[in-house]
Amino acid sequence: MKTLSDAACTERSLMLHGFIDGELDAAHSLEFEQHLAACPQCAAEVAKYRAMKRVIGKSDVRWRATDALRAQVLAAVEREASAGRAAYPAPWQAQPAPRRFDLYAFIRQWSFVPTLAALAAMLFLVVLPGQHQGTLEDELLASHIRSLQVDHLTDVATSDQHTVKPWFNGKIDFAPPVVDLASSGFPLVGGRVDYVGGRVVAALVYRRHGHIINVFIWPAPPGDATTAMRDGYNLANWSNDGLAFWAVTDASADDLAKFRAAFDK
Amino acid sequence: MSKVESRLFASSTSRQETITGPAVDELAQRFRQSVLPELDAAYSFARFLCKDGDAAHDIVQDAFVKAFRAYGGFKGGDVRAWVFAIVRNCYRDWMMAKRRVTRFEVTSIHEDDESPLDAIASEADTPETSLLRKTEAEAVRTVLMALPRPLREILVLREIEDLSYRDIAEITTLPIGTVMSRLARARREFAKSWSSDPAEARA
Ligand SMILES: [Zn+2]
Repeated sequence: MKTLSDAACTERSLMLHGFIDGELDAAHSLEFEQHLAACPQCAAEVAKYRAMKRVIGKSDVRWRATDALRAQVLAAVEREASAGRAAYPAPWQAQPAPRRFDLYAFIRQWSFVPTLAALAAMLFLVVLPGQHQGTLEDELLASHIRSLQVDHLTDVATSDQHTVKPWFNGKIDFAPPVVDLASSGFPLVGGRVDYVGGRVVAALVYRRHGHIINVFIWPAPPGDATTAMRDGYNLANWSNDGLAFWAVTDASADDLAKFRAAFDK
Repeated sequence: MSKVESRLFASSTSRQETITGPAVDELAQRFRQSVLPELDAAYSFARFLCKDGDAAHDIVQDAFVKAFRAYGGFKGGDVRAWVFAIVRNCYRDWMMAKRRVTRFEVTSIHEDDESPLDAIASEADTPETSLLRKTEAEAVRTVLMALPRPLREILVLREIEDLSYRDIAEITTLPIGTVMSRLARARREFAKSWSSDPAEARA
């Protein structure tokens, strides 16, 4: 049997939980207390959920980390620290950062990275005991190879630079230059947001005949241009307008040099 | 940004700016002092999410490496909420990787999905499916583990970790209204299972 008062109490349900959790403002809290005094059903609900809260909140319900995990985490931090002594990529907050850490912004950045799955596998490797420490080049290469797996190449697949550029808005806090280089023999395939060196980066994808070129971009102070070859892949690094660029490809070093020249024009 | 942080995060693209040892060591020291104490909480949250002790171990290790890498940019605020957000992301990575490994066909990873795998990896599948003869804490864990993940995580964050609605909203990337309605539903579901649990009758 549903009475009018039951319906009113159902509507109050969220308020009831807010009351239990001490999340109501003073006015609503007072209003609810007055209602409780007059409504045995709600009073019973409050008592029930408070008892439940005590049962769930008992300290032995929580799991505890093992000593082995603690030791491994400590070791991983030490490994990371020694890697940081050698070199560390510029972090997301290297630009003027808010004084208080913005959890929302942090989560937004992370949630927009669809290839995080593979990143996990990569990070598992890094923390494996005895595993050699991944350098930035290793990470870029891993990200390039990962991108070649099915469905990981692009989040926005279009050769239209005017579609790719705005797509990055809101996903990253800088504007990567998006140019179509089809006339130079490097058609734009699309773009995605990726995660390299502990930060979210923009990745632009180009094609050279049967080969893919990933260009990773993030804000960084100017540095020297370099090229490298690793495991049969060619890498080129340069900077421009406060951004660092890393191109990774299995196309030839010659093609990569041409690409760089065309991209930087 | 403090001098320590800006020195630590000197760009790797300009290798001349090598980082001095003390800066990294100081950061690592601060990390050990302020983030490491959350290891138990992080592990507990991870285990309630993935329902598997070994996987929780891997997820937390992954999360703490990521946390350390991001720590230079951490400007204060609730350390535990920050760590939980990272743990949750690592859990999602783990779920996606697991799906790929087992060749699960997944078209989307929607928040509200309780995947078939999530249910399969249940600790409720252990021989002791009966709640009888369990301690109260074990009984609570069993009931929690049987709830769908979206409800379970809300209860864990609110009742075990005592986090505010706002913190929970930030960690789960849900609007506060959704957090509230889910919490109400989670409590109803928990109460339903708990009262039908024979172990509770003896209490
Ligand atoms: Zn009422």
